[in-house]
Order: sequence, then C-alpha cells, then structure tokens
Amino acid sequence: MNNPATELRAIIAAHGELAAGLVSAVDRITGRGSALGILSNVGLGGEQMEATMRERIERDGVRAIFTDLPSGSWTMAARRAMRGNDQVVLVTGVNLAALLEFVMRDDLDPASGARSCVDRARAAIGVVTGGGGARAT
Amino acid sequence: MWSPAAGVRVPLDLCRIDDRLIHGQVVLGWGQQMRLGFIVLVDDEVAGSDWERELYRMGVPPEVDVVFETVDGAATRLAEFERDPRPGILLTGDVESMVRLVGKCSALRAVNLGGIHHKSGRIQRLRYVFLSPDEELALRSLESRGVAVTARDVPAARPVTLSDLLSGKGE
Repeated sequence: MNNPATELRAIIAAHGELAAGLVSAVDRITGRGSALGILSNVGLGGEQMEATMRERIERDGVRAIFTDLPSGSWTMAARRAMRGNDQVVLVTGVNLAALLEFVMRDDLDPASGARSCVDRARAAIGVVTGGGGARAT
Repeated sequence: MWSPAAGVRVPLDLCRIDDRLIHGQVVLGWGQQMRLGFIVLVDDEVAGSDWERELYRMGVPPEVDVVFETVDGAATRLAEFERDPRPGILLTGDVESMVRLVGKCSALRAVNLGGIHHKSGRIQRLRYVFLSPDEELALRSLESRGVAVTARDVPAARPVTLSDLLSGKGE
C-alpha cells in the first residue's frame, strides 16, 4: 500500500540545482522530500525539456508540476507537455513555503494540493526592516 | 553598439540563436541589462500557431513587445525593427533559420550563439553549444561573409569566437 506522505506527488522543474535544493530543504523540515521529483535544465534544450517533462507526466503519473520562473523554459516545456491534459496542474514561481504546504496536505489529491499552496506561497514573501515593530509587511 | 556601461545601444543589438527561444536568460539575463523594449521571434512554426504565440507572449513582461515573424516576414520588416528606438533582441531557434535570415538581410552583422543543445549528430563545443557538421559549415559561411559569430549565453560570460569554439578553446 502506498504511503501518501512519501509517494511521488509532484515534480519540481527549475534552473540549475534549485529543485534539488528545495527538495533537500523540504526533506530536512518534513521528512517528505520523496514526495517531490526533481528536474534541472542543465544541458537540456527546449525539445529535450519538453520530452523529459512529458515522460515524467506519463511514466510517473505526475499530476502537479512546480516551476520557478513563469517565463522560464521549464514553464514553456511543462505547458507544452500538459497541453490537452486537464488532470495536470502547473504552479509557477515555486518557493519553499509552497512546497511545505503541498507535501503536508496529503489529504488532498496532488492537483488540488498544488492549487491550495499558492496562497501560502504568496503570503510567505514579505519585507522586514530593522526599525519599528516586529511584524513583517 | 549597445554598451552595458554607457547604456547606449543600437536597436536589434542582439541577434541570437537559442533553441529555447524566449526564456529566463533572454528575458532576465539579457533583457533587464539591455532595458529591453521588444523581441522579434523569428520562427516559421511559431509564427503560424496562435497557441505557440500566446505561450511565448505569456513569458514576457508587459512592457516588452513581442513580434512573431517567419524568416521571410522578418527579412521584409528588418529595416522597420532597426528604426525602432527601443533596444531589441532578434531570436531564431536554429542555425538554419538565422542563416536564411542573414542571406536575405545583409544588414545583420553579428550573431550570438546562446543555446544550441544536444541532438543526434551534434558535437559538444561548449556547455550550451552543440553543433552538427552542417551547422558548423553554415556558421563558418556566415563569418566568411563578414558576420561576427560568437557564443555567449549570458551578458556576464566571456564571448567565445567561432574559431575558438570550433578549435576547442572555448572553455
């Protein structure tokens, strides 16, 4: 029987080694890094990225994809690979807060979990100054 | 010529071959430093597809215009692009399209190799440049016609000349 806390639920596709770094952090914090697959763009052209993404969706049954830049080549590749497949959800601009929310919400299916973590990701970005009160804005 | 120090540039300063076309290096790496005003994406297939055009347009900040053209269309409009006072980047996704464009537009004097990745029959020349024998020949032909061909993925990188690239001195 699959363990929803550790089975592969999403792919993170990002520039350089960012995806590996994010998964490392998720694993340190929650122990659920194995719920996230990793894709790096290093050495890959546009066609290879699209083929790789398509393979992960079809082979692994991944239903949630996180990418870093909305304008990045992984986002382009993911949109092509998921075209016509409304079972797959893409979240761009991924950050650690989004992934923590995602892996902890194993009560949701991956696509619903991906949607639910967007608000948490946005709320995690703030500006803190040295003066005045203690709250981030 | 555009200069990062002075912020002065000639439009269409960057004519780039990149199989990813519009992506982070173009929009952020080059675009922000150049204060990019417009992108001319030259690709026969993309120009003919509403879906592809929308996909690429979504990757670009609203203050940057994107023009989609076929090779023939870009050749026809090149003078118009060069009169545009805003900094611009012209992109093709492969060597063949750029060679065809240069063949129709003698005004293009420099070509940047920004990302040509592995495919069957290609040999790795740089981390981000793989070329087939035919592509090497085509790029040498461009240089013989007075077009400067250099490889440079991001503005902070050292430009690598075609001769260094092909003789293994690129990295």
